[in-house]
Amino acid sequence: MTATTTPVGSRLVAAGLSLGYDDRPVVHDLDLHVPDGRVTVIVGANACGKSTLLRGLARLLRPRSGAVLLDGEAIHRQPTKQVARTLGLLPQNPVAPEGVTVVDLVGRGRHPHHGAFRRWTTEDDAAVAEALTLTDTLDLADRVVDELSGGQRQRVWIAMALAQGTDLLLLDEPTTYLDVAHQVEMLDLLAELNARRGTTIVMVLHDLNLSARYADHLVALRGGRVAAEGAPRDVVTEEVVREVFGLDNRVIEDPVSHTPLVVPVGRRHSRRHQEDR
Amino acid sequence: MTAVTEARTVTPGSAIADAVQVVRAARRVPRRRTALVVGGLAVALVAAFGARVLLGDYTITIPDFVRILAGTDIPGATYILLESKLPRAVLATLAGVAFGVAGALFQTTLRNPLASPDIIGVSLGASACAVVAIALWGWQGLPVSAVAVTGAVAVALVVRLVAGPHGGYRLVLVGIGAAAAMQSVIQYVFTRVDEYDAQLVLRWLTGSVNGVAWPTIRLLALVLAVLLPLTWWVARSLRVSELGDDAAAGLGVSRARSELLLLLGVVLSAVAVAAAGPIAFVSFLAGPIARALNGGRTTILGAALTGAVVVVSADYVADYLVPDTNLPVGVVTGAVGAPFLLWLLARGRAGRRAA
Repeated sequence: MTATTTPVGSRLVAAGLSLGYDDRPVVHDLDLHVPDGRVTVIVGANACGKSTLLRGLARLLRPRSGAVLLDGEAIHRQPTKQVARTLGLLPQNPVAPEGVTVVDLVGRGRHPHHGAFRRWTTEDDAAVAEALTLTDTLDLADRVVDELSGGQRQRVWIAMALAQGTDLLLLDEPTTYLDVAHQVEMLDLLAELNARRGTTIVMVLHDLNLSARYADHLVALRGGRVAAEGAPRDVVTEEVVREVFGLDNRVIEDPVSHTPLVVPVGRRHSRRHQEDR
Repeated sequence: MTAVTEARTVTPGSAIADAVQVVRAARRVPRRRTALVVGGLAVALVAAFGARVLLGDYTITIPDFVRILAGTDIPGATYILLESKLPRAVLATLAGVAFGVAGALFQTTLRNPLASPDIIGVSLGASACAVVAIALWGWQGLPVSAVAVTGAVAVALVVRLVAGPHGGYRLVLVGIGAAAAMQSVIQYVFTRVDEYDAQLVLRWLTGSVNGVAWPTIRLLALVLAVLLPLTWWVARSLRVSELGDDAAAGLGVSRARSELLLLLGVVLSAVAVAAAGPIAFVSFLAGPIARALNGGRTTILGAALTGAVVVVSADYVADYLVPDTNLPVGVVTGAVGAPFLLWLLARGRAGRRAA
């Protein structure tokens, strides 16, 4: 949340990236430098291509043109298991296999570190223990994932991504289906990880105000292109919100975090709002 | 690696040491259960195999059994053991293992308990091709297996093309359609052959381990000796693939790996069909039974053993259930499998994840 004064490097870069499904283009000729060690949040209206962009950055989609570069080399040309030791992904609404315990699921995050003959070691035990401790899920270690509450389950999935031990972590809407208290708890957890471990975080979020609070770097997408990017203070303005979401709004200062807070106007209140002005 | 982990550790060392103990303890419980389940199933298989070979309407004592295997000729007993009981039991075990593994691979990779090769037409595709090769062209042995594999792969590809790449209800519906089409091919072939042989028809429609010659069984054993270790090697990533395509890709397991597992499942299914016919519902039953024993967790080894136990004991029942009638084993597995399918559907869990 500090202003970016010193220039930061970017291990993850999108260069002239175009993505799409079948014959439907979604992301067009997009350039993005993900700042190292910061929290980047991608926002935008429904179907603006934010999840597609994240999937592209995580090498789940092959670019139609352009490239995603990880440490300067096209991510698709690197062995996928090697990439998985640097870059982790938490997909949207992951579903745990039936009957799997927390410790088993989190342990699967160690897969990229296991070679052809290298099996489970004490180092894996330590990585899992640390991931469970950081996400405050150690008490749940022997519980079955299916039986946990939504908030607990999401923390367990984050623990799996942490056990992977990557420097970069990509998350697709990690707060969906969580109530507001759990959303804040989840984002606090990610902010802590970023601060303590220096993990570079890129996530797609729906809630613009929470995005403004937790992002160091905010990327607003519109129609598969970057409409605005930078510090939340510079991006979240009445004009940009109007342009990106097509929403009449006012932006005030968040009394708690002193970041921009978007107040939607909407048809029902627009007349009264104009009279007040 | 250790150095990096330590440098990043923010929690005090002792707390981490305690946490490691918790992790180790929690990891031990399910592994112990799996070991217990696999051990129990192995014992059950030995028991079923023993009963199948030694008991029945002609009892063979264990010393006699050993002596016959060593080469002694005991009039009557030798013939019955080596030409009827033993080949049936061995083929039932091999086919059961192949079907069990194939089913578990499909159900786990596609994350859908209904998506097993016998439900979605893969087994019947193999059977239809085998029956054409045997009944119309007079083929035998390895070429029949090859044709069966071709048929199974073709059906799998068609189902996959029509249903799209996901394992949801569409795949099951398209597969059931393909299965019906393959069944009609088999029935058509039998209207073209001169002598109508009910046993033969039943073998290729529901599967049977009766009256199969040793060379066919040896061929299946040989193929499995190559395929099963290969499957075990590739299936190490199944623990990750079963988390779903996106999560698996994030952990460095590509879709191609899952596709390879499905292909292995198709081939395993096809070679077993070429020897014993599409024994009904074994692929479909073995995985979920092993899973239920194992506290809901996937176990391929457990599914293999369950498949073998099911086929060996079903064959025993099929042989002696109705006096003087030797039912094909598929009739019994079908009679057990159909209610299970209904129960699974009624419970509403089938396809829940994949849809």
